[in-house]
Amino acid sequence: MSAGPRTLSEFMAQALAMEREAVERYTEFADAMEMHNNRDVAALFRTMAQYEGKHASQIMDQMGWTHAPDPPAGGFGWPDPEAPETAPFDAVHYLMQPWHALQLALAAEQRAEAFFGELAQATTSESVRRAALELQAEEHEHVELVRAWLEKVPMPDGDWATDPDPPRYLD
Amino acid sequence: MPVLEITEARTDPGGAAGAPARSATAGTSVSVAIAGSGGNGVMTAGAMLLDAAARAGLYGLMVRTSGPQIRGGEAAALLRLARRPMDALDDTFDLLLAMDWQNVHRFADEIPLRATSMVIGDADEGAAPEVFASSGARCVALPLKKMAKAIPGSWTNMLALGLAGGLAGIPAQALEAALRSSWKRADAGLQANLAALHAGIAEAAGMAGIARLDPGAAASGRRWLISGNEAAGYGAIRGGIRFVAAYPITPATELLEWMAPALAKVGGSLLQAEDELASVNMIIGASYGGVPSLTATAGPGLALMTEAIGLAVSSEVPIVVVDVMRGGPSTGIPAKSEQSDLSFAVSGLHGDAPRLVLAPTSIADCLATTQWAVQLAEALQAPAIVLSDQFMGQSRAIIDRPADAGFVAARLTAAANTSDYKRYRDTVSGVSPMAIPGTPGIVYTADGLEHTEAGIPSSQPRDHRIQLDKRERKLAQYDYGRWWADIEGDAEAAVITFGSVTGAVREAVARAAAQGIHVKLIALRLLAPAQPLRLAEALAGVRRVLVVEQNHGAQLYRYLRAMYDLPGRPASFHRPGPLPLRPAELTSAIVEWQRAHSPEKEIA
Amino acid sequence: MNDVATPMAVLTAANYKSGYKPIWCPGCGDFTVLSAITKALASLQLPPHEVAVVSGIGCSSRIPAYTTCYGFHGVHGRALAAATGLKVARPDLTVLVTGGDGDGYSIGGNHFMHACRRNVDLTYIVMDNHVYGMTKGQASPTTEPDWDNKLSPGGTGVRSFHPLVIALASGASFVARAFSGDPNGMADIVAQGMRHPGFSFIEVLSPCVTFRPEQREWKNHVHAAPVGPTDDAARAARRIMTDDGFNIGVLYAGDRAPYPANPGTATRELADFEAEFEL
Repeated sequence: MSAGPRTLSEFMAQALAMEREAVERYTEFADAMEMHNNRDVAALFRTMAQYEGKHASQIMDQMGWTHAPDPPAGGFGWPDPEAPETAPFDAVHYLMQPWHALQLALAAEQRAEAFFGELAQATTSESVRRAALELQAEEHEHVELVRAWLEKVPMPDGDWATDPDPPRYLD
Repeated sequence: MPVLEITEARTDPGGAAGAPARSATAGTSVSVAIAGSGGNGVMTAGAMLLDAAARAGLYGLMVRTSGPQIRGGEAAALLRLARRPMDALDDTFDLLLAMDWQNVHRFADEIPLRATSMVIGDADEGAAPEVFASSGARCVALPLKKMAKAIPGSWTNMLALGLAGGLAGIPAQALEAALRSSWKRADAGLQANLAALHAGIAEAAGMAGIARLDPGAAASGRRWLISGNEAAGYGAIRGGIRFVAAYPITPATELLEWMAPALAKVGGSLLQAEDELASVNMIIGASYGGVPSLTATAGPGLALMTEAIGLAVSSEVPIVVVDVMRGGPSTGIPAKSEQSDLSFAVSGLHGDAPRLVLAPTSIADCLATTQWAVQLAEALQAPAIVLSDQFMGQSRAIIDRPADAGFVAARLTAAANTSDYKRYRDTVSGVSPMAIPGTPGIVYTADGLEHTEAGIPSSQPRDHRIQLDKRERKLAQYDYGRWWADIEGDAEAAVITFGSVTGAVREAVARAAAQGIHVKLIALRLLAPAQPLRLAEALAGVRRVLVVEQNHGAQLYRYLRAMYDLPGRPASFHRPGPLPLRPAELTSAIVEWQRAHSPEKEIA
Repeated sequence: MNDVATPMAVLTAANYKSGYKPIWCPGCGDFTVLSAITKALASLQLPPHEVAVVSGIGCSSRIPAYTTCYGFHGVHGRALAAATGLKVARPDLTVLVTGGDGDGYSIGGNHFMHACRRNVDLTYIVMDNHVYGMTKGQASPTTEPDWDNKLSPGGTGVRSFHPLVIALASGASFVARAFSGDPNGMADIVAQGMRHPGFSFIEVLSPCVTFRPEQREWKNHVHAAPVGPTDDAARAARRIMTDDGFNIGVLYAGDRAPYPANPGTATRELADFEAEFEL
């Protein structure tokens, strides 16, 4: 495990990696939902992927990067196997509703917010600390955005996961 | 493709005296397709509709189709309901009810519509796709989901069930009974869904323009709701199978899954093997030990089993291998039907290796034909391949309770201490008594190597000749009785077919008769060994034949031409899967063929 | 990419994804395996057309078409045989083999043992979900003996297969385990396997959300292997006998010489053969 970013550049590389991993995961989810005819959730995940993509572009512009820097040799040292903003691969269900998807996104943003907060406290570099606090504040805004969005979508019924039809086989 | 008007033709089912009972020609029937994307319970609604039809004293057939996803993909339940048993889907659907349209257009080829069909979709899910609308069918949009939501706790598919059932003419109490009997959960949900069901029925009552089933007497007599795979499994057990080795493969897995608990109940057992090489060798081992044994597979699995089937031939150990045929070759189209394993089944073993090949002609017939295969394999100490297919195997039908054909395994075994016992004695019939392990005084070694009458390996020309003759003679000289084929009608022209296509051919023959074109129908049930004398008898007075089958290589046509003398110049109508052969196109083919009197034309 | 200075564009993981959308159920562990494979290929910068992905039959065997590499979607259980033929005839290619536990350990069991023994330079990734997914939920060799299912009601009653033990005993020179919940770690292990000369076996715990939803618990059981990889087969054998099935990492990386690559150079002219027959 690496010791954490020591320079602003290292830190922003890590933040960028976080956004990019989130884009990849949300895009994967969107494709899988589309394949399973869950249009509404597919669209929602695609929107999330776009947002994260925008954040990634912002970081690249801010740092003047044309491509993402390579990760450090021992990895970024995330607290979990994947970056904080990446929704877990098994957190989806083919019948999930927009409410579930937004809960996923909410949890992701909250993890990201917490991560930046902890990093800000732990770092010894002033520039890193300031940048981490900035990003923490941004993630907090995202949290609020997702919360507001959640207010607007209906709660799923109790039997949302019930599919009367059995699985089928193909090969 | 010309679409014939469906007439009310009802031809008296004449046929060879003593021919086994089979379903009458099609009268009025209603065809309903229910479609939608994942999680909607399309299959459940379809199964309930079929169940309701059964309760209403009707007959019917349900075929399922779905996308490539394991769960949640687009799906359609395709039903045909009628007052007589149905063995085939109709040419077009009277009603397509789609709970949503996501990817349902993929089923367009399987849900043909005509100008007088009705298409119902959810008003909030967009218009019916062009591929359906272009048929000219009447498109109706109803707020299906909203209507269901108006009844808290109810499901859209139950509303759809009521709507489809009502439109088809299924009485409300039958629909309600079907729903009640399948409901396994809390009562509150049941009430809500009953309400949705009735809302659908009420909506249907106000709609006109779809063919409904005429009211009529409910079918009397005992009936079953069953799939071809289940029927084959039950037929196997009735015939005496008590050991099965299984390896899962689409579309045979349900046959094996049905047999697993069933065998235990009759004192038998099922073993899951590591692959098909193992499963076929396991059943040979069990059968060598005296226990009638079976396995079920599909094309790719049968291909793996061929070496061992040859072993069963050479060592004269009876086994039954059910091949639920699917689209081929190789991995092919696993979830769709085709009749393309015929050539392989009748000739796909190395060496001169005679074996039994049978093919059920309908879902109901899967029972009797599998049962017969068991009896034959055991009587003749040879492997029997039963050619079922995905259409029969995985579709469900309401059938008359089949009489027990009475075929039961009865292996000729040797008595203990028989003097001068020779396992492979060159008997007149070709069948030599088999020593069952555990019996004293008649110990032998079974062998795939060519052998003497005593079973000692031999490369002598005389021994090879004697054993080859024996193995061929025992199958060729057996009296297979009237079950070898269904022969119906009397005419100068005959249509020959096999397997699941029989249902559609039978309907086509009836429709052609209504137009004054009479042909004889011969549906083969025993494909190997060939039956030249019997076919010659069946073709007495016949001047030309048309062979109908669902494969690309005209396999039955070529096989018949190779093994039989056929009158005139035989014609072929053949088309590969995945789509079923439909009565209208077959009727056209028969009529054109007859009118042209030009027997060489190959229509494909 | 906008990098003007480099003469050849750098390959990223995205370059190895074909864009065909997988049919896997949402939540399937195979998604991250696909991702890990593409990341591993990117870390090695292998041109996609110089890589072949060979598979058998099953949900996980659908992977070849989801990559931009050459693919071979063969028959059930024979992927290792096809891959062996390909690699021996074309040693210049990088050959990956993918499949599931049913494909690899049941019908493919025989080929698995011999591939480990033969040590051809292949990387074999098995997505183990302890079930036959594609045929609707039968027990596979790695399924627990008491898992109730339709084909074997009450469970098979047969002890489950231990693939890492079999691999080691059969002579595999690289044995590892990964988990779908850690795709970056998995990518690293796959890259190591690909770099390793000889047969590399990577078992991936890849949960089946449809037939084994209880496997969501796996993430609470997996853990990094307590010690790093060993190159001592005996030590690896001792460790594997106490393996709890959830150790993640490279267990063993030995230095057995791989199956020799055929240089393909001719040493005789065709006409020279006649001397053998001439009188």
